[in-house]
Amino acid sequence: MIKVEQLTKCYGPVKAVDSISFEVSKGEIVGFLGPNGAGKSTTMKMLAGFLPPTSGSAQVAGRDVFRESLRAREHIGYLPENVPLYPDMRVHEYLRYRAALKGVPGRRMNERVGDVLELCGLGDVEKKIIGRLSKGYRQRVGLADAMVHEPDLLILDEPTIGLDPNQIRLVRDLIRNLKRHHTILLSTHILPEVEMLCSRVIIINKGRIEALDSPQNLRARLGVAGHITLDARVADAKAAAAGIRRIAGVDSVSARTDGGWTTFTIQAGPGADPREAIYDHAVAEKWPLRELSRSAVSLEQVFAEVTHSDEN
Amino acid sequence: MRRFLTLLGRELGSAFHQPLAYVVLFFFLLITGFNFHAGVSLLNKSAGSTTMVEAFFNTVYFWFAFVLVFPLITMRVFAEEAKLGTIETLMTAPVRDGQVVFAKYFGALFFYLILWLPSLLYFFVFQWVTSMSAAGAAGSYLGAYAMLILIGMLYTAIGCLASALTDNQIVAAVIAFAGILGLFFLGLLSLFLPGAGPFVRELTYYFSPIQHMMDFSRGIFDTRPVVFYLSSTLLVLFAVFQVFKYRRWKS
Repeated sequence: MIKVEQLTKCYGPVKAVDSISFEVSKGEIVGFLGPNGAGKSTTMKMLAGFLPPTSGSAQVAGRDVFRESLRAREHIGYLPENVPLYPDMRVHEYLRYRAALKGVPGRRMNERVGDVLELCGLGDVEKKIIGRLSKGYRQRVGLADAMVHEPDLLILDEPTIGLDPNQIRLVRDLIRNLKRHHTILLSTHILPEVEMLCSRVIIINKGRIEALDSPQNLRARLGVAGHITLDARVADAKAAAAGIRRIAGVDSVSARTDGGWTTFTIQAGPGADPREAIYDHAVAEKWPLRELSRSAVSLEQVFAEVTHSDEN
Repeated sequence: MRRFLTLLGRELGSAFHQPLAYVVLFFFLLITGFNFHAGVSLLNKSAGSTTMVEAFFNTVYFWFAFVLVFPLITMRVFAEEAKLGTIETLMTAPVRDGQVVFAKYFGALFFYLILWLPSLLYFFVFQWVTSMSAAGAAGSYLGAYAMLILIGMLYTAIGCLASALTDNQIVAAVIAFAGILGLFFLGLLSLFLPGAGPFVRELTYYFSPIQHMMDFSRGIFDTRPVVFYLSSTLLVLFAVFQVFKYRRWKS
């Protein structure tokens, strides 16, 4: 669906996007992840046909975004970051206008506008003036606009930014439902969102792609092991920590005593899972045990790892 | 074509959705009404061969309202879209740059023409009350309104260019006003240089709206101003198109 090759965008001497290449196939939801100023929005603007690239090429649905811009744009629904809308129009007026602009034929107009109004939960504000809508509704009007012409590809630039948790959930559910009919490229700061929605993640930093994989693989590939937490009642925390450190597969141990209980934070070596050995050790030492767990590596850590290592 | 009409409809809609439109309409009516009054007084005093149409379109009040109205009509067209960011949604829809530029231009021009509609009523009322012809001949009407449209075309294009240059409406209005006023006063050059020979007078005739209007409202049809206004409108619109494209590509 999307094919990007060596795409570069320079603003004067600054390379906002530095020869990135990737492909997205039909039906995927791909998350675009990166710190502010990483080049997410710039890349999306180029894909949507708004910005011309300095060099490189991009295709959407087999059409070159720059040489056959109009044809490609017919296949794209784009929601810009700050959701620009005309404040003087009513919701249904705006959607009709946008649908006509994007070539929805007159006979299908009512059906399409009705569909997106329902899908985005805009039925009750249909006749309201956009300028008076709350942020959450505006966001949904933007989404409705992006998909009113049934595009093959949806490009959503931070679709949940600035919304309250309830609205975020609504928008996420909406996006998840869209998966059936559209390929989606979305950018976000919110990492759990990516883990929930996306089949693949592109981590971009300073205009370069740092990682491109499924959330699961990213975790595994980067080898960021989670830490193990052991909560036990021990007589001497220092001696106990030294004892744990001797267990095979344990890299380092730190202990924090709170009342009678001591919490050990144990870093395991790469690929090792010494939980069983730790349990055996605790049993042998006859420590009463309150907790023994391993935290899952979140994408957050992966993200920090990937974008941070570049800075050093 | 359907896309162009959709865009044009949106332009007209947005023009009438804002309060400024009605403020402009109101004050424009006020000034032209006063101008009509001044024209009638002028006719009462002088027993010359001046017609009502001539008197109406050749007063200071007329020109005052005329040059003032364009920045107000056009300052919005591109600047607002850039400010709101809707230029991004607009230009990622499958529409051509040219379609957008023309739709915006004709939207503004159409609003300008609507401003002049009530003026027809003045002449109708004049004829009804005085049972005298407001114009010497039909050509006088035709000439005067043709000139209104021709000068309007060029000045609207200049206003659009100013609006395309910036995303601040006030700045757009100031640039448009300066440009239109500059061009207007250029046409008065021979007045400022009384010592200038016939060459300068001949030259300034080409871009003096006052001269053009004086002739056309008498029913004298001259092709030179027609060619001048049409060609310079096209030139300015071409500039608008280039600026529009350039600004998008730079953003």
